[in-house]
Amino acid sequence: MSLPTPSLAAFLSASLRRQLLLAYRRPVDTINPLLFFLLVVTLFPLGIGPDPAQLAEFAPGILWIVALLASLMAAEGMFRQDYEDGSLEQLLLSPQPLYLASLTYSFAHWLVTGVPLTLLSPLFATMLQLPVAALPVLLASMALGTAILSLVGSIGAALTVSLKRGGMLISLIIVPLYIPVLIFAAGAVRFAAEGFDPAPQLLLLAGMLSLSVALAPFAISAGLRISVDAG
Amino acid sequence: MLAVRGLGLERGGRALLAGLDLDISSGQMVLIEGPNGSGKTTLLRSLAGLSRLGLSGRIDAQCDELLYLGHRAGIKQLLTPRENLAWACHSQGWNPAHIDSALERVGLSGRADLFCQHLSAGQQRRVNLARLYLSFDAQRERSLWLLDEPFTAIDRGGVAELANTMAQQVRRGGSVVLTSHQDLPLDIPLRRVVLGGAQ
Repeated sequence: MSLPTPSLAAFLSASLRRQLLLAYRRPVDTINPLLFFLLVVTLFPLGIGPDPAQLAEFAPGILWIVALLASLMAAEGMFRQDYEDGSLEQLLLSPQPLYLASLTYSFAHWLVTGVPLTLLSPLFATMLQLPVAALPVLLASMALGTAILSLVGSIGAALTVSLKRGGMLISLIIVPLYIPVLIFAAGAVRFAAEGFDPAPQLLLLAGMLSLSVALAPFAISAGLRISVDAG
Repeated sequence: MLAVRGLGLERGGRALLAGLDLDISSGQMVLIEGPNGSGKTTLLRSLAGLSRLGLSGRIDAQCDELLYLGHRAGIKQLLTPRENLAWACHSQGWNPAHIDSALERVGLSGRADLFCQHLSAGQQRRVNLARLYLSFDAQRERSLWLLDEPFTAIDRGGVAELANTMAQQVRRGGSVVLTSHQDLPLDIPLRRVVLGGAQ
C-alpha cells in the first residue's frame, strides 16, 4: 500500500495534546496513583514504628516499591478506553507510524503519572525521614525510573487490553521487567542517603531508559495489533 | 483495488469462510450479506488488515485511502465532535478545514463543541460518519471504504444523504464495501456477496 504520509510532527503533537486533554478531563487517573502513594507512605510509620533512624533506613526501598505499584496501577487502564471506543482500530489503520504513536502514548502517560509522582516524591520522602541530602538523587531516580516504568507498563497494557480481567496478567508480565529499575533506583537513593556516589546507578537507569525508548515501542505496537485482532 | 484469493476465516475452531475469491475494482459497490454470525464483520476487518487471526489465503489492497468504519465508533466521549475529527484529520492526513462542512452534513454543526458523552447514540454514530465525508473531501485516488453497518441508528434523512455520498464515491472511481441489513436507497449497480455457505 502506498499511502501518502501526512505531516508527522503535526500528528504527533496532536496525539500528545489529545492525550493530555483527555487526562485533564478525567483527572481521576492522575490523582489515584498519587493518593495510593500517599496512603501507603502514611501507613509505613504506623506499621514499622516511628523511629526516624529505622524509617530512614527503609525509606529508599519503601519509596521505590510504592512508586512501582502506583505505576503498575496506572498502567493497567492505559489503552482500555481507546480499545473500547474504537480509537485503537483507527490508530492502527492510520498511515502514521505506529512506533512513534506508541512512543507518544507512553510519553503522555509518563507526563500525567510519572511526573506528578516525581515532583511529589520529596514530600513523601520527608514523611519517611529520608535525609535531605538524598532528595536530589531521589528526584533524578524517580524521573528516569518512572519513564522506564511507563514504557514497560505500556507493553503490558497493550498486550492485555482486550482481556476482560487482565489485572493479574499484566502484573505477571511487567513486574519482572520492573525489577532492574527497582534495584538500581532504590540503590541510587540508598547510596545517596549513606553518602556514597550514586552516579553509577543513575547512569545505568539512564541506559535502561534509552533502551526502553528504542525497543518498547516495537513491543507496544505488536501488542496493540494482537489485542485489536483478538477483539 | 482489492484482490482476495482463497480467503478462509476461522473463529473459535469454526470455519466462517472458505475459499473466497473477490476482486473489487475501481468504481464498484459491494454489499456483503448474510445472517448474523456469518462472518461479515470479520471479513471486513480482515480486508482492513485489522484481523489476521484464523485467516488463510491472500488479501492484496492497492489503495491510497482506506477508510474503515466499524461497530466501535472510534470517538472519545470526553472530546467534542470537533476535537475528535481534528485528530482523525491528523492521523489520516485529511484537511482539517473540511471539518465544519463534514459536521454540517451529518447535522451536528450546532453540537460541534459539546462533549460526545452528551450526544445521543445516533448523534455519536454521526460523528463517526463524518469521517466518511472528510475522506470524500480528501479526493484521493484509489479510495476504498469498508463500512460495517453504516446505517445503524441513523434516521431516514441521514441514510439518504449517506447513500448519496457512497454513490458519488463510486461514480468518482472509488470503491465501497459495506454490510447492511437494510435495503439501500441507491440507483447504482450493486454487487452482492452472500456469506453463510460455509456453516
